Amino acid sequence: MAEKAKIQPRQNRLSRTTLVEFVAQSWSYLFLLAMVIFFSVTGTGFFTVNNFANIFVTSTLVALMAIGQTYVVITAGIDLSIGWTVGLASVIAARTMRDLVNGGMEIAPAMLLGTVAALLVALIPGIINGILIGRVKIPPFIATLGMFGIVRGAAFLLTDGQQVVGQLPDNLREVLRAIGSGSLVYLIPGQGVAWFARPEGLEPAVIRGVAPLLPYPVIITAVIVVIFAFILGRTKFGRHTYVVGGNQDAAVRAGINVKNHLVWVYVLSAFTAGIAGVLYLFRFTSGAPQAGEAALLQSVAAVVIGGTNLFGGEGKISGAVIGALIIGVLQTGLVILNVDAVWQFIVVGVVIIVAVLVNQAQAALERLKTNA
Amino acid sequence: MHEPILRVRGVSKFFGGLTALDNVDFEVVPGEVVALLGDNGAGKSTLIKCISGVYRPEQGDIYFQQQQIAGRSPSEVRNLGIETIYQDLALAENLDVGANVFLGKEKIKYLFGFLPVTDDEYMRREAVTVLDKLDIHIPSLKQKLVNLSGGQRQAVAIARAMYWNAQLVIMDEPTAALGVPEQRKVLALIKSLREQNIPVILISHTMQDVMAVADRIVIMRRGRVAADMPRSEATEEIIVRHIVGSAEVGE
Repeated sequence: MAEKAKIQPRQNRLSRTTLVEFVAQSWSYLFLLAMVIFFSVTGTGFFTVNNFANIFVTSTLVALMAIGQTYVVITAGIDLSIGWTVGLASVIAARTMRDLVNGGMEIAPAMLLGTVAALLVALIPGIINGILIGRVKIPPFIATLGMFGIVRGAAFLLTDGQQVVGQLPDNLREVLRAIGSGSLVYLIPGQGVAWFARPEGLEPAVIRGVAPLLPYPVIITAVIVVIFAFILGRTKFGRHTYVVGGNQDAAVRAGINVKNHLVWVYVLSAFTAGIAGVLYLFRFTSGAPQAGEAALLQSVAAVVIGGTNLFGGEGKISGAVIGALIIGVLQTGLVILNVDAVWQFIVVGVVIIVAVLVNQAQAALERLKTNA
Repeated sequence: MHEPILRVRGVSKFFGGLTALDNVDFEVVPGEVVALLGDNGAGKSTLIKCISGVYRPEQGDIYFQQQQIAGRSPSEVRNLGIETIYQDLALAENLDVGANVFLGKEKIKYLFGFLPVTDDEYMRREAVTVLDKLDIHIPSLKQKLVNLSGGQRQAVAIARAMYWNAQLVIMDEPTAALGVPEQRKVLALIKSLREQNIPVILISHTMQDVMAVADRIVIMRRGRVAADMPRSEATEEIIVRHIVGSAEVGE
């Protein structure tokens, strides 16, 4: 008769570490909170609705890029090209809208077509990245570094080497600004709220206090966050993303189409970068090739700060959003404190390293707990 | 005697000029544990990879339940009921037990009637059921596999094979990475597969394992089947002589 296989449960002796564990798991939230408190206490004008709205709006660029980047990093890849994809999308959108409006089209359909065109063109580098990485087996770093140069060049070709797309028609700019710098709800101190547009005809003293409560870029980004967090966390596609990152051989043997999956992941990354590019045009009423240049490494930083493992298999969209907000709060806070803007690089750099250290410590803690 | 469930006939496999398998005949009947032995490079792994669909043999036939499977893809072979548990287990250690039992075949439910999401609760419940059947207890099923012991992971890999109604389980060095107590548990799992009439092909270098669980011993040497004997006729000495080839020389 076969002896019965019994695998003994391991005992959890380290209940004392619950607090440590809690801090390790949610340190990025706590850190964000601590920074908000710090800047609120030390910087005048930080703790205002206006400033928070500003931080959220500023963070949308990095957050959107970090959403796609999270998927990529979970598959143990990296996408270095999305910074220039943002720029390319903003340039395509700006040129298309400008030319259509100049050609006599109404503003609304021109904006819609420009947006669609920008998003479609933005997918191209993503598709090529995905094919190179998923099918040709070029390392993600190399493939997307090549695409970094290609997209950069393409974006500048489309502006004839200029930093921005030439003058947009004023009526187009107005509508773009109404969305990119507008808010669904405005808070009027002492008088309640106004919907859709900045209220007019108020006393100058009151006008200064008017604050956007739900800026459109934040709403758009929030919708994208919810959709992509849902896909990653709840769907089969999301599950397969984790499997591909955790053990690619296992994914292949389990019948997951890893090649196609990687193509989709890089397309998705290009897609969120494309949205960021279009949003850039709405916010700044101009298309610029270098729109996402600085935000690229910040998006990687946001992903890492948010607890996503650069070796793949682990990560969350919510973490990336918190990471983007941490960077946004740091930038804004340091400006309000009148600290030289250069310091933000140093502080963000330190935070990234701390983030990785904390995540390693957390993994060690988990092992310690189950092996006790 | 049962009809063989797996029948390998005259299979040859070449890698460039190297003959990895040379006209191999091999069969397995339901409910037996067949140990596949041989030195490194003898062709054991190549043979199981031909069976599991990883390699396509150049010559010969492989019949599983009367169906030709030579040249089919790994997922087709798996769907027919041959589960291969490789040495590296092919588990996603960053995920929990339920996710691993259902790897690549995730159970879907519809949120609000239209949003397709993974049914994690269902997968976890089913994982428990199959683990119970194997008499394996894993403390926290929400635990990532990376935090489980080697034996527990091996158990998860076996549970996955069981869950998908394996008709034949192939195990490549299942005890190699384990401590002694865990090796015993894995051997017990193999016996419990046999009790459920599921045949097992076991590749192992560990002689004690082979002697403990095998019903039949097949020894490969230089791409050929050098010996095929019931466990009752085998001694360690005979086995070793066949593995190193001195049995033929001595005769």
